[in-house]
Amino acid sequence: MQLAREVKYLIHKEVLLEWRSKYTINGVLLYVVSTIFTCYLSFVSLSERERLTWNALFWIIMLFASINGVSKSFLQETKGQQLYSYLLASPAAVLISKTIYNTLLMLVLTTVALCFYTLVFNDYTPPDLLLYYVAVVLGSISFSTVFTMVSAIASKAGNGGMLMAILSFPIIIPVLILLIKLAKNAVDGLPWENSYDEIGMLLVVNVLTVATSLLLFPYLWRD
Amino acid sequence: MNKVWWKILGSVLVIYTAIAGLLLGVPRLPILNESIRNLYFHVPMWFAMIVLFSISVFYSVKSLSSKSEIDDIKAVESVNAGIIFGLLGLVTGAIWAKYTWGQFWSFDPKQNFAAISVLLYFAYLILRNAIDEEQKRAKISAIYNIFAFPMMVVLLFVLPRLKDSLHPGNGGNPGFNSYDLDSRMRMVFYPACLGWILIGYWVYTIRFRIRSIEVKQQAN
Repeated sequence: MQLAREVKYLIHKEVLLEWRSKYTINGVLLYVVSTIFTCYLSFVSLSERERLTWNALFWIIMLFASINGVSKSFLQETKGQQLYSYLLASPAAVLISKTIYNTLLMLVLTTVALCFYTLVFNDYTPPDLLLYYVAVVLGSISFSTVFTMVSAIASKAGNGGMLMAILSFPIIIPVLILLIKLAKNAVDGLPWENSYDEIGMLLVVNVLTVATSLLLFPYLWRD
Repeated sequence: MNKVWWKILGSVLVIYTAIAGLLLGVPRLPILNESIRNLYFHVPMWFAMIVLFSISVFYSVKSLSSKSEIDDIKAVESVNAGIIFGLLGLVTGAIWAKYTWGQFWSFDPKQNFAAISVLLYFAYLILRNAIDEEQKRAKISAIYNIFAFPMMVVLLFVLPRLKDSLHPGNGGNPGFNSYDLDSRMRMVFYPACLGWILIGYWVYTIRFRIRSIEVKQQAN
């Protein structure tokens, strides 16, 4: 009960902080929109056969956007802020609240990005948009669970952005492969039965990531 | 004798498999032909790598609770030894692929996933280099090591089953189990796995001893 109250309070704090500055969300939104626009300008001549490129491009854009967005969660905080929340809340509450907040942030971002993406690349809209959206939702959840923990590791190592990229890419690639496969099923318009394997695998990977993070985070948090 | 019997056993087994693996008979299979002998040299590398990385995770868990420097050195040196075996596994696989698939590297899912899992451990070593303070380094790198291990298991054992690959054992290609029926291969393959795991463990203990002497000298 104590944990739930702490988590609720910390999420409220994160949202309030973000709402006051609107730095992360606006920054990453602008990043996504300008990348999509650049891609549109360079790929105007995508032929009808190249739905695969459409799909891969979307996930690459999302990957970099989420690294920029989620890595803020721990890297942005000063040592003093971290010490303050260390004294006030349990490590589990800090990690859970950050993960949930990042998931919410990523959901907003990916939804806006997908809308803009389908608007710009109108001809390539996948036939099974609902399944594609399921892939996008699963993608936001997995990106935020993995990147939250990695950004905590990178921030404790005290060597921000560079380490974040090196540490997170090998870990996120298996997830990304599953996501691209799932999204490709949606682009090809396959029936849902064909995608249950990937959806299940992604859920298992997420549960695994959250479980190991919860076990390890208390050690990391205590300096 | 108590301490060296497994070293002798490992060397004898590896020498035996090198000779028997090249001379004993193997089943005639299309496409694979004589390259099937690579099974004795390629697959044991991965077994040795997995064993060494598991040792590393074990000592990482231990170092988180004990905070001892020795456990940390054990964890990093088993990763160092494991990476050697991972690279050897990639190289032996690539040479085999040149003669059966026509290219050293054809971006087959199995090749890619194996390469990524080796990258994971390079990232671990880079993380270690990035932190100067010993205790902090031990703690943070142990956490990353434990966090990355389940992902490596997913990469090497789960994902290849979901993708089509040309690798034996995937996508309708005959796997080890179908050669396994031939008891001549079993006679060489199992000793090869055991032998290379023992040699890998030996490499790790030597590296660990060198490192702990270095640490002691620096302390003085």
